[in-house]
Amino acid sequence: MILQFVITGLTVGSIYSLVALGFCVVHNATGIVNFAQTSFIMLGGMMMITFLNWMHVPLAAAFLLSVLAVTVVGGLLERMAVRPARSKEPIVLIFITIGAAILMEGASMMVWGKRHMTFPSFSGDNPIHLWGATIMPQTLWIVGITVVTFAVLQMFFKYSILGKAVRAVCANRKAAALAGINVNRMIMLAFGMSGALGATAGIIITPITATSYDFGLIVGLKGFSAAILGGYGNFLGAIVGGLMLGVLESLGAGFVSSAYKDAIAFVVLLLVLFVRPRGLLGGVEAERV
Amino acid sequence: MRRSDFIYMGVLAALVFLYPLLVSNSYYVLVANIVGLNVIVVTGLNLLIGYTGQISLGHGAFFGLGAYISGILTTVYGFPPWPTMVLAMIVTGLAALIIGIPALKLKGHYLVMATLGFNVIVYICMIEMEELTGGPSGLSGIPNLTLGGVALDSDRAMYWTIWITAFLVVVGGLNLVHSRVGRGLKAIHGSEVAAAALGVNTRAFKIKIFVASAVLAALSGSLYAHYITFVSPKTFDFFYSIRVVIMVIIGGMGSIWGSIFGAALLTSLPELLEMVEEYSVLAYGLILAVVLIFFPQGLLPGLADLVRRRRQKALVFADEDQP
Repeated sequence: MILQFVITGLTVGSIYSLVALGFCVVHNATGIVNFAQTSFIMLGGMMMITFLNWMHVPLAAAFLLSVLAVTVVGGLLERMAVRPARSKEPIVLIFITIGAAILMEGASMMVWGKRHMTFPSFSGDNPIHLWGATIMPQTLWIVGITVVTFAVLQMFFKYSILGKAVRAVCANRKAAALAGINVNRMIMLAFGMSGALGATAGIIITPITATSYDFGLIVGLKGFSAAILGGYGNFLGAIVGGLMLGVLESLGAGFVSSAYKDAIAFVVLLLVLFVRPRGLLGGVEAERV
Repeated sequence: MRRSDFIYMGVLAALVFLYPLLVSNSYYVLVANIVGLNVIVVTGLNLLIGYTGQISLGHGAFFGLGAYISGILTTVYGFPPWPTMVLAMIVTGLAALIIGIPALKLKGHYLVMATLGFNVIVYICMIEMEELTGGPSGLSGIPNLTLGGVALDSDRAMYWTIWITAFLVVVGGLNLVHSRVGRGLKAIHGSEVAAAALGVNTRAFKIKIFVASAVLAALSGSLYAHYITFVSPKTFDFFYSIRVVIMVIIGGMGSIWGSIFGAALLTSLPELLEMVEEYSVLAYGLILAVVLIFFPQGLLPGLADLVRRRRQKALVFADEDQP
């Protein structure tokens, strides 16, 4: 029983981790919360449905095209809404991303309607049995893709020039500009990456949960809770926070009450914020008076 | 209050008085009533956001608490409406105190997320505590308010109740911001450290204004419950919280008159946009984003600024025309 709950928890937790990573990337580059991340999750699933079910593009290609499309949307969001903003106050920028999220939800409602939609799992639905627990093949895909994404992201920020440039922008925008880094382009890149991460999460979870125009919201907010739990801005923290939140939620739903399942993440969020706002692995001092 | 405030207040009073005489369709009265309810919430919220600089995305929960406490106590337990309304405000105030003490230690998006988390939890409780709240299908049969034996059961009767309340709240808000307390709040917005150094008890100020704004939201919620006589969780999800914050931002942070403008615009706009149905959500997001990008200080102050600059430019040109 417990093993089954843990497996379910790790599956959803991986999704939260990916979303949390998306929040971290934008936060580290700009210091704002990108609420549009919630729409990226939904858009990822919707694009995949369009490419896979409607245009009959092969699976792998559809996956890449969908991620690419949402990456472009993320980049456009920065270029069209965040960069031209007259005020650089974080709260105004945050509400601009909320506006963009509402806009994208509305657009998605018009294009894809209000129905719940899905597409088949990547490699069938024959469960694998392991010590009395059943594992769906899609779970393996989800966990695998999350691990690979995390590794690639770490390498990118640690070893590539581009990744170092984004980190430089995060550390000190003026100094980065003086060193010849195109700050705006790096921020655009961060938004694009958050689009890619959100889309990936949305795509791999859709065969399990189905998607609809308002699907991203709750997953996105839980991803944010995961980011806070792990220590906002910390990549490893995002992964740990996401997995922990997923497992907690699954255990809570199994042993306490499934009715309040969605509340668990937010109770955890409040507890963390009130007791230890810098999160489990947060090195950065959280803003607290 | 400033002299200009008295003028605006006269204009508002005249508008409020004339509106129901001019419109015949009771649907427009209903929209005006919802505007009035939102004015109460948004005025309180602006004290918190615009003057003190603390953002709350949890006011949908306080609005909902007011509505549900009034609704449950009057229908299930047969409490009389008016005293229950006071009780709902007190209980909501206490809830705000409990959540505010730890939450207001946080700043920026941490505070935003804490209040948002609180709202989601309250929302889920409204859905799941079915025997008390009626669950997702809501709570119906909430009694109308009565005044001197007369039931306030029509749109027009509630119009006067709601707008007189809203007017009093606006007057109270204006008095507050021009008082010593108001200057203290603005000092906190400017710099908390500096305000504290000047002897402002920043922590107590922030908590008090948070509780006060929650109590106003509860007042509005109670009025809403007795007016519509039906409440369901959907009304109090955190999209409502986002909407009222948007009203504050678009109307202009730190401008009570802006708040009224924001509440009126953003409440009636979706109603007008219903004509284009599907596009309404789309347009809503677009308007929000565009206004925030180009008028981050809010639409009313932004337009005022634009007019002022135009006029200055015109003056400069007029000077150049002189030989």
